[in-house]
Amino acid sequence: MQVDLGSLSFAEGGYLLVKRAVRRAASGDAIVVTADAADLDVDLRAWCRVEGHRFDWQPGAGTARGQARIVTGAIESERWAGARRATGDGEADEDTIAEHPPRSWGLAARGATIEAGTPDFDFHLTDKIEVWSDDAARIYQQAVAAQWDPETAIPWNAAFELADDLEDAVVQVMTYLIENETAALIVPSRFIAQLHPHFREVMQVLAIQAADEARHIEVFTRRARLKRSQLGRSTIGGQVSLKTLVEEPEFAIASFLLSVLGEGTFLSLLWFIERYAPDPVTATVVRLAAQDEARHVAFGLAHLGQHLEREPGFRPRLADAVRRRHDALRHTAGLNDEVFDALLLMAAGSWDHDALRLGSQRVLQLMQDMDEGRRKRLVRLGFPEADAAALSALHTRNFM
Amino acid sequence: MTSPLPINSDDLVLGAVAYDQKVVAIWDGFQQYFRARGLPFDYVLFSNYERQVEAHLRGHVHVAWNSPLAWLQTERLAQRLGRRAQAVCMRDSDCDLHSVILVRSNGGIETIADVRGKVVAVGARDSPQATLIPLNHLADHGLLADRDFQVQAFDTLVGKHGDHIGGERDAVRALLRGDADAACILDANHLAFAREGTISSASTRILTQTGAYDHCNFTVLDGVESQKIAVFCDLLFNMSYADAEVRPLLDLEGVKAWVPGRVTGYAQLAAAVDRFQTIDAFVSSVEMQCK
Repeated sequence: MQVDLGSLSFAEGGYLLVKRAVRRAASGDAIVVTADAADLDVDLRAWCRVEGHRFDWQPGAGTARGQARIVTGAIESERWAGARRATGDGEADEDTIAEHPPRSWGLAARGATIEAGTPDFDFHLTDKIEVWSDDAARIYQQAVAAQWDPETAIPWNAAFELADDLEDAVVQVMTYLIENETAALIVPSRFIAQLHPHFREVMQVLAIQAADEARHIEVFTRRARLKRSQLGRSTIGGQVSLKTLVEEPEFAIASFLLSVLGEGTFLSLLWFIERYAPDPVTATVVRLAAQDEARHVAFGLAHLGQHLEREPGFRPRLADAVRRRHDALRHTAGLNDEVFDALLLMAAGSWDHDALRLGSQRVLQLMQDMDEGRRKRLVRLGFPEADAAALSALHTRNFM
Repeated sequence: MTSPLPINSDDLVLGAVAYDQKVVAIWDGFQQYFRARGLPFDYVLFSNYERQVEAHLRGHVHVAWNSPLAWLQTERLAQRLGRRAQAVCMRDSDCDLHSVILVRSNGGIETIADVRGKVVAVGARDSPQATLIPLNHLADHGLLADRDFQVQAFDTLVGKHGDHIGGERDAVRALLRGDADAACILDANHLAFAREGTISSASTRILTQTGAYDHCNFTVLDGVESQKIAVFCDLLFNMSYADAEVRPLLDLEGVKAWVPGRVTGYAQLAAAVDRFQTIDAFVSSVEMQCK
């Protein structure tokens, strides 16, 4: 085999041509390298020494200066001898998902060839059954396409002036939403760090879910501060409820409690606020947030549905999680009065008696809508109607 | 409760110089490798080679991972003290190194004779590859340092015998700035500096290169732990680059395979230290202490 570098110096790209020839050669093959550049003997010799190839400089041969003859070593083939491809079946070309990808695959792209001996990464979520959904790629693509810019998507400059009490009610609701969306940001973020990156699409869905929540926190904060310098109240009951979510260690259960039950319930709440919002900014921020939340619910249902299909015995554990959380929150207040009152006033629109009566009916209807939504989703996950109704009734009074 | 002692009187103790933080990772890795294969092994790190050579002669370490200069120091001390030093093992990549002397492409130096009256940048004063061997090469061509040309030394980490690349990099920068007219570096660093863009074929050219010489080796003294040394060498020779467990360690140490030690590659350095009297005072001082 012969490689002529011409006027190309070895350091400035010539080494790539030699490397290519070495890769094509078998261990022990000879490669003759010629070049017009003056430093070939020095640079190629140093490179061969480090790479484990034998080097002989033959003055007077080949070119006027001479030529190098290298005999390839076995290093390249030895390095990759034990390598394997990071796919489900190890050898096939297709992008198959492994049931239990080894931790030593680390951060390697799915389908990449991985050198043997890569270090184990401390990923906890390494079982396909626990995290995977065939819908993840589609949901991620939808999420990417549906991203909105808070600066332009919301009519921040719309002219409106609310009565002080009504503005206060909006600020209190926004304060509550920010708190809840913070929990909804932290929960997927925690699991991203634990998830084996082999489940790339799930990682991407969780990442964009966290980004969605970051945006929601931004727009709710901006709405709260649009007319006020001070935000509303945060209560023990609300925070204790969210703490049980943030601290749930198991991905599937956290996803069930957060996405299916919590964010599912939130969908009804956001639609309610949109419907009775006293101003266009409030209506827009919750409408856009609801679009995103619907995707989060869809992903939760998708991967839990797939999980339960393969492991129906997991269903009672989900039910236990709801009961456990209910027991943990039994002695807390749940939704703070300020939020409940604010929702009622928002739905009433004024302090007028008839309006308050109507507002009260609308909030009761909201509770029913939330319950109905939860029951439907539980049934979709295979819970019998009666169990679904019982579990829905145990859901946190804090909604999320 | 009694804890097991971290040191074992059976340990084969190796000395190495901490020229870089990675040295700890290297020897921790080797310690695990040797111990897992039944060789009780420990290591101690020295801040400079002179301290290591002295400790070796005093029997504080059984085997020393020596620079070529430390090898000569040990060999000569051993000789004076009626002992015999042996290089038992070395890296494949430490065989047949060359140093080069670089000049600026448009610097007006065409031949070695043109170096007369100029400034030559070198690495650390005790660097075989970036100072001693190339200056000896110039002397072989009739040009003596400080008499026929001025030496500008970049004394990065003296005592490390040039293991740190910093001095050579500084020498090349001095050349590029025009503060020096020539710079002495290892051939592998010529390639490294070219690939990182520090030098290019347009900015510099190689004026001359030295003959081949060898670099580090594992040095032992006669009669010291010879059975364990034999096991130590066998375990090194058995390290295969195809073994995923040891490959990261070999990569860290810059070696593809360990080869039996040889001492035929130190003649140029020996001539240099004789010519420049680089190690005489040190050898005499340790000789006095060890007698």
